[in-house]
Amino acid sequence: MSDDLKNKTPVRDVEHYVDPEPFNPAVVEELSPEQERFYQASQWQIMWWKFKRHKLAVWSGVVLLIFYLCVPFAEIIAPYAPDTRDSYHLYAPPQPLHLFHEGEFVGPFVYGLKSEINMETLQWEYSPDLEKVQPLRFFCSGDDYEFWGLFPATFHLFCPADGGTAFLLGTDRLGRDQFSGLVYGARLSLTIGLVGVTISIVLGLFFGGIAGYFGGIADTLIQRLIEIMRSLPELPLWMALSAALPVTWSPVWVYFGLTIILGLLDWPGLARAVRSKLLSLREEEYAKAAVMMGAKPKRVITRHLLPGFTSHIIASASLSIPAMILGETALSFLNLGLRRPAISWGVLLNEAQNISVVTVYPWLMAPVIPIIIVVLAFNFLGDGLRDAADPYK
Amino acid sequence: MLYYILRRILMMIPTLFVISFLVFFIIELPTGDYISNQIAALKTSGEQSSIAKLEFLRKEFSLDRPFFERYLIWVGLWPGPHGLDGLLQGNWGWSFEFDKPVAEVVGPTLPLTIVLNFATILFVYVMSFPIGIYSATRQYSWGDYGFTFIGYVGLATPNFLLALILLYFFNQWFGLSVGGLMAPEYIDQPWSFDKAMSVLAHLIVPTIVIGTSGTAGMIRRLRANLLDELHKQYVTTGRAKGLKEGQLLVKYPLRMAINPFIADIGNLIPSLVSGSVIVSVVMSLPTVGPVLLSALQSQDQFLAGFVLLFVAVLTLIGMLISDLLLAVLDPRIRLGGRASS
Repeated sequence: MSDDLKNKTPVRDVEHYVDPEPFNPAVVEELSPEQERFYQASQWQIMWWKFKRHKLAVWSGVVLLIFYLCVPFAEIIAPYAPDTRDSYHLYAPPQPLHLFHEGEFVGPFVYGLKSEINMETLQWEYSPDLEKVQPLRFFCSGDDYEFWGLFPATFHLFCPADGGTAFLLGTDRLGRDQFSGLVYGARLSLTIGLVGVTISIVLGLFFGGIAGYFGGIADTLIQRLIEIMRSLPELPLWMALSAALPVTWSPVWVYFGLTIILGLLDWPGLARAVRSKLLSLREEEYAKAAVMMGAKPKRVITRHLLPGFTSHIIASASLSIPAMILGETALSFLNLGLRRPAISWGVLLNEAQNISVVTVYPWLMAPVIPIIIVVLAFNFLGDGLRDAADPYK
Repeated sequence: MLYYILRRILMMIPTLFVISFLVFFIIELPTGDYISNQIAALKTSGEQSSIAKLEFLRKEFSLDRPFFERYLIWVGLWPGPHGLDGLLQGNWGWSFEFDKPVAEVVGPTLPLTIVLNFATILFVYVMSFPIGIYSATRQYSWGDYGFTFIGYVGLATPNFLLALILLYFFNQWFGLSVGGLMAPEYIDQPWSFDKAMSVLAHLIVPTIVIGTSGTAGMIRRLRANLLDELHKQYVTTGRAKGLKEGQLLVKYPLRMAINPFIADIGNLIPSLVSGSVIVSVVMSLPTVGPVLLSALQSQDQFLAGFVLLFVAVLTLIGMLISDLLLAVLDPRIRLGGRASS
């Protein structure tokens, strides 16, 4: 027996080798610094990284930021006050910005307007006066306004030349500057979506939360309600609801009334998303553990489940903002929403309601451009957010 | 299948009741009603003679009763001054502003509304189906990028603005009156072939305008669905077994991708109907849109209520049709459960 064993001992043809490094059993699981950074980053950090890779969404965010700058600083950015009427320039055409006059650099300027009356149509006709170079003034004092309604000021980012005009996008029926109107209009048009979405988020969380967490009859009832609400055409209902707003209300009240109307019909989509997300999260182990440890439904929902889908809610909310902006525009356009003296893009478009006016004064359609840009930007931003909302995928 | 259809139609009945209640609630929201506003106006101007007549009208239309009773009378489940006489009995109410029955006011506009909406749905299907397939099968080609770009712009442009812009350009380039239902020279003319063609030509622009955003959305969705399917293994298997590309596409992945495509059109119909209302106002098409707007502005409640209910029913019918189509295509749905959209 012992001889046999001896004979079978293998001959070592490889040098015996011992690694001088101390033994580390975790060597397989060790992470590169990059991986470490990824695994240690918070959920929001990873979402940010993922969002940044979506270039279009990032640029849309920048564009939106620029637009939203008009909200607090409208008075400064707009060269005219929104209700300033220039009765010598009714329906004046846009004065394009120029930099060079007869080959010479002048800086940003506009050509003055020559006006003469057409005796056949009895309308004022304007043409650029190539003699009159009216350079814009910057950081100047112009029309007075009350900054945020608090203190009077006259400071503007840019103003027309002394005695000149600067109607970059023309004027309307009463000689009000369109560009200034757009800047002021951004205030209501851009915020109405945010407020409306907040209302819709609250409602969606509430109903979706109840349906998804408790299930049973509550779920069935809310599901039915959501189905019915989603099968209704929104705009006619918006029209009916905003026609119900009392005419005597001040613009501020109408504004809030509108946001509530917009939010009231928008929540079903969000509630549905919340519900389905809750249904799946409720089955997760950590949620079950919390329930078993005796946590109340409110605590389970707010502490354990909500953080799991906040990002989804933000993403889907950002996708429903454009619908609200468009809704407000449509209502104001139809005279059912905001009215002067309140200014929004829809109110401005109201001037363009008549096709015969639009064919003669096409610049009245100018609010269309910011609306399309903002809605597109929100769509791209929402796409990016939605992709980033689930960073571990 | 018959059982499924029956069940699906029966399910519409409670929905209809909830909707009619919502509609009635909404049109009753403004304080007062058409007649009491008139009475108030007459009182301030000191006219007494016509007040008695208006008071009579108030009674006649049971505007003096409590809310729920008024609702039931309107629907026709509660005896009003003339017994059971409501929507269920075919009495659509009275338009105070036009001083005519609602049926006479909206009657002429209903066929066009239906035609316009169905034309739009057809347009959306016909346009988005081939484009979606093209975009998915030739992903990242120039055509794909082009359609995606147009799609995004289409989604972002509100359709009433698109209507304005198109009106402007058509007027500018062709000197064409795009608004209205037919060229001005045919108005009040008896029906003829030319008149019908004129109506058709005038329907094209609104159909495109209303359908654009919906088409854009459908293209995006069909493209995404089809792309998901195209990357699955059974496609590779089919290809490995020597199936021709076209045959392979139609036979397997397209069938899978078309299901959500049809389910989605159900979700799309409300926004199409919404679009048709406002586009009709802008382009002055004689559909229910302008009627609704003027009724809402003058608080002509029964007229507004009927139009609201009508558009809601129109969307319900559209959804019914899309559900039935889905059931034809997908045995899982007609045999059990509902469409999981």
